[in-house]
Amino acid sequence: MIAEIGHFALVLALMLALVQGSLPVIGASRGNAAWMALAGPAAVGMLAFIAVAFGALTWAYVVSDFTVLNVVQNSHSAKPLIYKIAGVWGNHEGSMLLWVLILSVYGAGVALAGGNLPRGLRARVLGVQAWIAIGFLLFILLTSNPFQRVFPPPPDGQGLNPLLQDPGLAFHPPFLYLGYVGFSMAFSFAIAALIEGRVDAAWARWVRPWALVAWCFLTTGIAMGSYWSYYVLGWGGWWFWDPVENASFMPWLAGTALLHSAIVVEKRDALKSWTVLLAILTFSFSLLGTFLVRSGVLTSVHAFATDPARGVFILAFLVIVIGGSLLLYAVRAPTLKLGGLFAPVSREGSLVLNNLALAVACGAVLFGTLYPLLLDALSGQKISVGPPFFDIVFVPLMVLLIAAMAFGPLLAWKRGDGLDAVAKLRAAFVVTAAVALATWWLARGQSPLPVLGMALVAWLLTAVAVELAQRTKAFRLPFAESWGRAMRMPRAAYGMSLAHAGVALVVLGITASGAWQSEKLGAMKIGDSAEVGGYVFTLAGIEPARGPNYEAQRATIDVTRGGRLVAVMHPETRHYPVPPTDTTEVALQTTPVRDLYAVVGEPDGNGAYAVRIYTKPLIAWIWLGAAVMVAGGVLSLSDRRHRVGAPKRQPRAASAPAPAE
Amino acid sequence: MRVQYAVPVAIFALVALLLGAGLYLNPREIPSALIGRPVPSFQLPPLPGHDPGFSSADLKEGQVVLVNVFATWCVPCRAEHPILLELSKRHEVPIFAIDYKDDPKMAEAWLAEFGNPYSRIGMDKSGRVGIDWGVYGVPETYVIDRTGNIAFKQVGPLTADDMEQKILPLIRQLKARG
Repeated sequence: MIAEIGHFALVLALMLALVQGSLPVIGASRGNAAWMALAGPAAVGMLAFIAVAFGALTWAYVVSDFTVLNVVQNSHSAKPLIYKIAGVWGNHEGSMLLWVLILSVYGAGVALAGGNLPRGLRARVLGVQAWIAIGFLLFILLTSNPFQRVFPPPPDGQGLNPLLQDPGLAFHPPFLYLGYVGFSMAFSFAIAALIEGRVDAAWARWVRPWALVAWCFLTTGIAMGSYWSYYVLGWGGWWFWDPVENASFMPWLAGTALLHSAIVVEKRDALKSWTVLLAILTFSFSLLGTFLVRSGVLTSVHAFATDPARGVFILAFLVIVIGGSLLLYAVRAPTLKLGGLFAPVSREGSLVLNNLALAVACGAVLFGTLYPLLLDALSGQKISVGPPFFDIVFVPLMVLLIAAMAFGPLLAWKRGDGLDAVAKLRAAFVVTAAVALATWWLARGQSPLPVLGMALVAWLLTAVAVELAQRTKAFRLPFAESWGRAMRMPRAAYGMSLAHAGVALVVLGITASGAWQSEKLGAMKIGDSAEVGGYVFTLAGIEPARGPNYEAQRATIDVTRGGRLVAVMHPETRHYPVPPTDTTEVALQTTPVRDLYAVVGEPDGNGAYAVRIYTKPLIAWIWLGAAVMVAGGVLSLSDRRHRVGAPKRQPRAASAPAPAE
Repeated sequence: MRVQYAVPVAIFALVALLLGAGLYLNPREIPSALIGRPVPSFQLPPLPGHDPGFSSADLKEGQVVLVNVFATWCVPCRAEHPILLELSKRHEVPIFAIDYKDDPKMAEAWLAEFGNPYSRIGMDKSGRVGIDWGVYGVPETYVIDRTGNIAFKQVGPLTADDMEQKILPLIRQLKARG
């Protein structure tokens, strides 16, 4: 009964979405206030019905209702409760339900918190949100019904892949979706603006917080996913340029560009049609990600079960949503009013450079992801584009981006003084040169990449410090006065500094862990020792152990440095009976300075065990840096100007089509 | 409408066509990072009653070998089985097998029913060796050259055409290379 309630609630949500997607939009073009006002209650109602559906599916999982096919396929009565709940979105149907739930949360957010939006814009934004919801609800109801019953019910479920029984994986999809779907807000605002033919500073001020929320969630989701693959997959890597990872990285790159270009629209009323395009593209990449993961077009380590019927549906949906919105852009963008002009060397100019680097990077990831498909379609050749391609493309782009990141905040709007910025960055040049020399000396005989990486880290970190010192006039005014300036600085300014420092920390982690990691792959007997990166790892013993739903072989590895015990590590190999699966559990010991990483495999039959040991200096900063970036985003969100009402729109000027930018 | 504003929609149209085509392509041959590299070192116990087992040392004895990864629970393996049997009767190349995540009793029954083309069988019950080989899915077939390097990999079942046009010519070429 509960499952049927969930199913009906979804159908009702679809009906409400049809109302929300039609009447308010028509009302907005005819000036019918009553029809426009329908959008708000409809959006809240849709959230309520989808929440009922999601609750019903969760209930079926919690009580292990094996008359529901989805529960049978993805759950098991012996599973810990938290993974029963995580199992709701650990599969295709449930994850789509989570997707529309999040979509409706954002929609209700606009309905409830968007009181300061002009009525027409609000009605249109919610209308566009409803169109997206209609597509996804139809997709669920027609091809991926999570409430399908099965008769006769089997005695127990078919379990969940034990690789997926992990807190990191349980919670990284919701964050990714909060990010992906969050960019639907920027998309809806962009489409509404194209329909209205109006993009201005007020528009940018409404869009930016939504884009920033989505960006924070997406950054968190990607970082969690990367950390998960680092400590679960047991290969010691943290990013594989896998199509599914690329699918989440493309909207991140486009979304990051969007955040920056929206600033230009807000402050200077320029780059308008480009910002609208980015808003459309960012969400398009989110949709493309969904398509790539679920259609089986590209092979990947973590693709969902594939089904061509679903693929055709999603492709049709993509063509309507992305193709339709880009067509609307092609027709309407030329009519957007021309914005402010600016010199190439200016804050705007540096943000354009930022956007170019990010857009090219995004294009390169798209190309690298689709190239195997292209080659296959044209010539039948099968190839895979791996890390070598992405490394070659990414390193120069990121060097450009980070070099420019130091200058941008020091340049004035409209017309900046490049030489003055260079002079202000004196300290950064000195520190960078010193760090580069030191790295070169320490890493003699290695490739020049670590030197470049460490130089960039030093450059960006000092530049962030220089910019803060400039704003507060530190060292030039008495301390108390600088302190006062620091206290009065808007939180968004600190947010930017933090986020940029976070980028530097990520680069630090990537550079150091890549250049100076040590590893040992081989067989060890009990009592054997190996020296890796200055640490002595001794395999002290291996004993059987039992978990709630698995049996394990638990190794004990003593790690000493200079004769002193620094860690006792317990990597495991686990056997899960349902479904029969073997996994290895990585033992990880993290400090800010280095990670110790050990994996133990099967016995080789002669009393030895396959062992993989890594020491990775500073690798934790990859994720700590991402956390710092998110903290910057959150700080910026808490800025006062997002909490107070946005400025009133200027009455519309003569609406004759003006030349485009 | 100005031309430059239509560029995004034009690019998207191409991408959409490509994705549409992609739905109907079969990503079967996945290039392996291991091609041209030595086989991973491993040691697998035999299928009871079918001595000997299979280890990496067996691939470094100076002969060209076909390595087939199969499992009794895999339907396409059943489809390619007659082709392997046919090949084994020609005595051109020894066929070694990795039985992937399988039950020995089922494997026993399967070989008794359909015939045994393999001169060595290693039981990879946990699938751990499969991971080292980069196994995407069963069946997979590898050609190993005289020096123990992986020369070719196919994901998915072999067809008679694959055998005649790709695998046998390659094996002859590798053997001729001495």
